[in-house]
Amino acid sequence: MNSNGEPIIEVVDLVRRFGDRAVINDISFSVHRGETLVIMGGSGCGKSTLLRHVIGSMKPTSGSVKVFGEEITTMKEREIARVRRRFGMLFQSGALLASLTVGENVALPLLQHTDLSPDEIEEIVERKLQMVGLSGFENLKPAEISGGMKKRVGLARALALDPELLFSDEPTSGLDPIMTAVVDRLTLKLTHGSHMTAVVVTHDMTSAFRIATWMIMLGHGDIIAQGTPDEIRTSSNPEVQQFINGEADGPIPLNLSQDEHEHHRHVKPRPFLAARDRFHHKTQ
Amino acid sequence: MKNYLHLNLSLLYWVFVAPFTGRFFKISPIFRQMVFIGVRAAPMVALTAFSVGVTLAMQAAHSLQQLGAELYVPDLVMVTLLREMGPVLIAVIVIGRSGSAVAAELGTMKVSEEIEALEVMAINPVEYLVVPRFLAMLVMLPALTIMGNYVGVFGGWAVCHFALDFNTAGYILRALQSADTWDLYSGMIKSGVFAWLIITIACNAGLRVEGGAEGVGQATTASVVQALLAMLVMNAVLTGIFFFGA
Repeated sequence: MNSNGEPIIEVVDLVRRFGDRAVINDISFSVHRGETLVIMGGSGCGKSTLLRHVIGSMKPTSGSVKVFGEEITTMKEREIARVRRRFGMLFQSGALLASLTVGENVALPLLQHTDLSPDEIEEIVERKLQMVGLSGFENLKPAEISGGMKKRVGLARALALDPELLFSDEPTSGLDPIMTAVVDRLTLKLTHGSHMTAVVVTHDMTSAFRIATWMIMLGHGDIIAQGTPDEIRTSSNPEVQQFINGEADGPIPLNLSQDEHEHHRHVKPRPFLAARDRFHHKTQ
Repeated sequence: MKNYLHLNLSLLYWVFVAPFTGRFFKISPIFRQMVFIGVRAAPMVALTAFSVGVTLAMQAAHSLQQLGAELYVPDLVMVTLLREMGPVLIAVIVIGRSGSAVAAELGTMKVSEEIEALEVMAINPVEYLVVPRFLAMLVMLPALTIMGNYVGVFGGWAVCHFALDFNTAGYILRALQSADTWDLYSGMIKSGVFAWLIITIACNAGLRVEGGAEGVGQATTASVVQALLAMLVMNAVLTGIFFFGA
């Protein structure tokens, strides 16, 4: 990766095990200012778990994660909060507070972390909502808007404090193609114009190739491939080609067995799933 | 249990320590919760207290009439309400109505990633969600208890006036003479302690929810059962300390 100065995020030898199963298996990468890192991979490959380690909400089994040059894995809650004020995060579902209106959701980080006057906050909220194409929606509740709109409000909220670093978990899933383009253009504008750094987890290959400066493909907790969008597009790795072209047949197994599948939420084995897996083993 | 103690510790920090380090809690969310936890529960509390007042008066009248002592009905209604029935029954109503609602609300927020979103925005969920509910409950449960006591005494009056031919002034005089200020204060202390138990148990259950809608349901039920048990055991302990210890 083209390195200019200290990396914004530096992950070194990150390992996370649940029991004796490694969900993240010795991953290292770094992201520099103004870059957009896209993390891809099939469902359950460890993308979200990796993201949770980088934002400090999960602790690794071993390895180091540095954000803004500070080791986040050993920090106390209050120190993590200090680092978190410098980044924004867009959740897959938007994760808006259902009891607040759209405008209050976007205003929330401003109210909590700044001493701005109500008028100034109102103006910022208006501007951020305009950026995501939702002017005039301030007074609606999250339950009254669509899933795609919630996600855009989530993006406006993540950008409320003008963060140096933006994490997005599936920012364009559930958006129509035009809105996807709008969100991508916004990401590009912020990374180019304001030197924001972005880490985007996505399945949407059109969007991924449009915004990425560096791409990482995960599979079974390992980095299968990484490189610039051009390198990934022309990669000779069959798994990468299968994934970016969205083909049903290829080296990536259709169904993971229960052991391989990431289930860190202590899901009890369900009989019909076990039966289905047995069926697949037979047919494979 | 460890989670519960941890929640109490961080609650103590945000209520008693943080305000002196410049992070004073915001007032408007507290009032919003006071309306939700307290004001909206008032009609139910009033109806319960009235029924209890009427029941107490009828039972007292029945027993005391045999001794020719129905004069003492107001005493019995007043003292029973202030010391025991008021704080306990109103806490039962508030557990069923507001405690379960808080557990369900926070549980839903937990499963829809809202709590995690708050943490990632560097907003402490205890400071933002638990502190306003705690302070609202701490004010409103004793307030509801005072209101309930009035309504219950009014219920007692209804029986005495219409069935036992008490005159109103006589009832009020008797009731006021029989009660000590300590009867009122002990009830208020009880209801403050209950408020603490109810809201911390509800918030703890909500914040620890796992596993979707089913988890929210289980946590809500668990919070009601745990709060009822804790409250009734604590009531026995406090009655022992207040009226038997000294």
